[in-house]
Amino acid sequence: MATLTEAPPPLSPTAPEKKPPRRRGRFTPYWLLLPGILWLLVFFALPMIYQASTSVQTGSLETGYKVTWHFATYWDALADYWPQFLRSILYAGAATILCLVLGYPLAYLIAFRAGRWRNLIMVLVIAPFFTSFLIRTLAWKTILADGGPVVGALNSLHVLDVTSWLGWTTGDRVLATPLAVVCGLTYNFLPFMILPLYTSLERIDGRLHEAAGDLYAKPVTTFRKVTFPLSMPGVVSGTLLTFIPAAGDYVNAELLGSTDTRMIGNVIQTQFLRILDYPTAAALSFILMAAILLMVTFYIRKSGTEDLV
Amino acid sequence: MALVNWLKRHFVVIAGLLTLGYLLLPNVVVTVFSFNKPKGRFNYEWQQFSTDAWKDPCGVADMCGSLSISLQIAFWATVGATVLGSMIAFALVRYRFRARGTVNSLIFLPMAMPEVVMAASLLTLFLNLGAQLGFWTILIAHIMFCLSFVVVAVKARVMSMDPRLEEAARDLYASPVQTFLRVTLPIAAPGIAAGALLSFALSFDDFIITNFNAGSTVTFPMFVWGSAQRGTPVQINVIGTTMFLVAVLLVLTSMVISNRRNKQKA
Amino acid sequence: MITVTNKNTETGGDVRLSGISKTYDNGFTAVQPLDLTVPQGSFFALLGASGCGKTTTLRMIAGLEEPTTGTVHLGDQEVTRLPPYKRPVNTVFQSYALFPHLDIFENVAFGLRRRGIKSVKKQVEDMLELVQLGEQARKKPHQLSGGQQQRVAVARALINTPKVLLLDEPLGALDLKLRRQMQLELKRIQTEVGITFVHVTHDQEEAMTMADTVAVMNAGRVEQLGSPTDLYENPNTTFVANFLGTSNLIEAEVDSRSGGEIVLKAGGGKLVLPEARYAGPTTTGGKVLVGVRPEKIALTHADEAGEIPVGRNRITGKIADSSFIGVSTQYVIDSPVCPEFEVYAQNIDRDDRLVPGAEVVLHWNPAHTFGLDADQDIDAGIQEEATV
Repeated sequence: MATLTEAPPPLSPTAPEKKPPRRRGRFTPYWLLLPGILWLLVFFALPMIYQASTSVQTGSLETGYKVTWHFATYWDALADYWPQFLRSILYAGAATILCLVLGYPLAYLIAFRAGRWRNLIMVLVIAPFFTSFLIRTLAWKTILADGGPVVGALNSLHVLDVTSWLGWTTGDRVLATPLAVVCGLTYNFLPFMILPLYTSLERIDGRLHEAAGDLYAKPVTTFRKVTFPLSMPGVVSGTLLTFIPAAGDYVNAELLGSTDTRMIGNVIQTQFLRILDYPTAAALSFILMAAILLMVTFYIRKSGTEDLV
Repeated sequence: MALVNWLKRHFVVIAGLLTLGYLLLPNVVVTVFSFNKPKGRFNYEWQQFSTDAWKDPCGVADMCGSLSISLQIAFWATVGATVLGSMIAFALVRYRFRARGTVNSLIFLPMAMPEVVMAASLLTLFLNLGAQLGFWTILIAHIMFCLSFVVVAVKARVMSMDPRLEEAARDLYASPVQTFLRVTLPIAAPGIAAGALLSFALSFDDFIITNFNAGSTVTFPMFVWGSAQRGTPVQINVIGTTMFLVAVLLVLTSMVISNRRNKQKA
Repeated sequence: MITVTNKNTETGGDVRLSGISKTYDNGFTAVQPLDLTVPQGSFFALLGASGCGKTTTLRMIAGLEEPTTGTVHLGDQEVTRLPPYKRPVNTVFQSYALFPHLDIFENVAFGLRRRGIKSVKKQVEDMLELVQLGEQARKKPHQLSGGQQQRVAVARALINTPKVLLLDEPLGALDLKLRRQMQLELKRIQTEVGITFVHVTHDQEEAMTMADTVAVMNAGRVEQLGSPTDLYENPNTTFVANFLGTSNLIEAEVDSRSGGEIVLKAGGGKLVLPEARYAGPTTTGGKVLVGVRPEKIALTHADEAGEIPVGRNRITGKIADSSFIGVSTQYVIDSPVCPEFEVYAQNIDRDDRLVPGAEVVLHWNPAHTFGLDADQDIDAGIQEEATV
């Protein structure tokens, strides 16, 4: 993620010696920026404007759509689909927390304990990317299949009784339940958590651990007081990189879930590609965008790290 | 007590390896099931060992065609995004100019946007312009969302580069063009390569944005999606396994080569 | 207007800076208008604390920084607007800036290749021999030690036989012992190749060891310029007096003048200052700062005060602190005219009574006394040296 704020150049006497070289040619940066920025303006920013206008249009496919400033579309969309919205936030939140809990030990292992295995483990974390994520998600259908070894084990340990009682699973099934969807989301976005965590952990000087130990900190205290605070930039960007795509995802809900686990992505996709109700779809994706931007801004403010990645 | 202590001491290693297992389990399943001979249309339950799919990987209608389309799109999206993104990254690091904040936000936003939002809005644009959906609209979309990632990767590399290196080159009689070709570009190369690799992976594996903007063109992820509804041929697993192995082998070979090179020189 | 006149009248390779200044976009003026001539074939040092404008001056000679005003001449050629790659000037950068993606051979050959010279092998090998790195030609920079990298940086610049070689804190990253060694090495190379060296450093010892001429810079101006001995013995300002070595400065008042000597009142006593060593006004009652270097002072126990020859400047005081450092003992003396008077005494015949608390008399030959204008900050230049 790019730096959001630009610090003004320092006015200390040493500033000139550290300044980047200034080049002749005042327009060079603009020529360098032009094609890429134009691309983003036309194919990223402009579509947003089109979508904003679509969301306040009324009409039908046959008669065509007109801008009528029909803001009621937003209220109708919210009224009809708030459960899916809520579900998206809950599932994505749960998956993000799971990713953090599962990903942190692995990132820590790679950064501090892997030794000569470090590169191999890194490769193993990244390599699954190259098998299409759809294929891998389908594999979960096999893993979590009814009557399969995983479900069997969970059943005999009475885990499923608990999760059923919590409403995460239904009866003897894991597939087509919230648990399966969250499990798929967690799996799919785990590398996005591990990589930024690893990057920020790797920057930590190993001697800090020794220093903390030397100053009477137990390993757990060292982690709580030294390692974890220093890895905060990784935690923040990791949770963002996990939560944002997870909240908009519809693949996991479609492949591993049921009609009761539909997320907002599923609704937008259906409205747009099957029902062809463009205003509702546009309004929904606008609400999703606004909600996520709001949450992200709040989160970044709260965690105090405005310079990410 | 000894066991508890041992578990305590190795907690991180055990937990980390369990996570690694969780990450790799689906790939193991994909590989194992590439040797399955399923009854019926879906390849979700183990029946019996067979190498049929490996002998005839393109035996499914349209699958290899979609693979070829995906590879082409990924290639061109990588080229486009890498060139445009690197240019932006150089401008951001090496020059001072107005509207820096706006440019930074424009780079940041596509990464902070759920794919489904970008997909839907881009489709709105294409529908409004009356564009023919297909190869080109997919390519446009892929370059758009890969661009930001290239900027981030290249920017990080160029930023960590000592500006004195370029000064040294100019001091040693290299013209601005020579300085760029002989010093800046080679040193930025790892960042550019990382950005390109990421672009390729993102584009090749993209489903959501492609699904919205593909029209009747079918990429490999879309083929897999369709087959999840109609029936999953074993060949999908063959392709998945092959890509995984090729990726691991490529990375390991390059690591071994660079290791050996370092040892020879040392 | 400060210039060094060359002994031989030929000025074919002199570096001449005329009215050169640099003000950055943010309004910070790094270099005030400055005139400076570096004679051909000399080893010239720009000495100052960080931020004094010495590096900016160097970068303007290299062409890496465009001067706000003024001109740069190399011999008869004006190069003010010439880009760095068209100037017959090469730089040894701070932290060397060796190209990490090229091996040592290619780093050294870089300049030759850019000028379209095809057969570089012989030249590069000779150059690597000169800096004693013949064996390392195919290694990458990160595989060399700091001292070796430093020599590669020198070789890479020297191979182009520039008119002027610019060195920007070239030894800053080395440890003390290696730095001493490289100082001699650079001096040897300079004598051997006869190229003009302009050396930027914040280390006064380094500047004095290596350079024929030193320009002391402070806040964008040249405070004083001259040979190392000249600067040390006859500082013109308190900054130079404090920045180069240590000076004891005493506030005094002119009492009378006679026979080329000025008699000054300080505290209760009198001090004599040769008229030739003070440039300021000498009206009776006028203030003068009297300076003397710590190693010029002798220390005698108060009991033997009578044995001190007449005609020497003397001050009484009490030893506040002493530290034994082998070749000498450094004393800090509390005296009514100057708190914390520093004295370095050679350990030839040690007097066991000279311990903290002892009453002593400090005395020195009046010829070693210098005078400075009293309108200056008496502590200028002290802090700067302490922080580097």
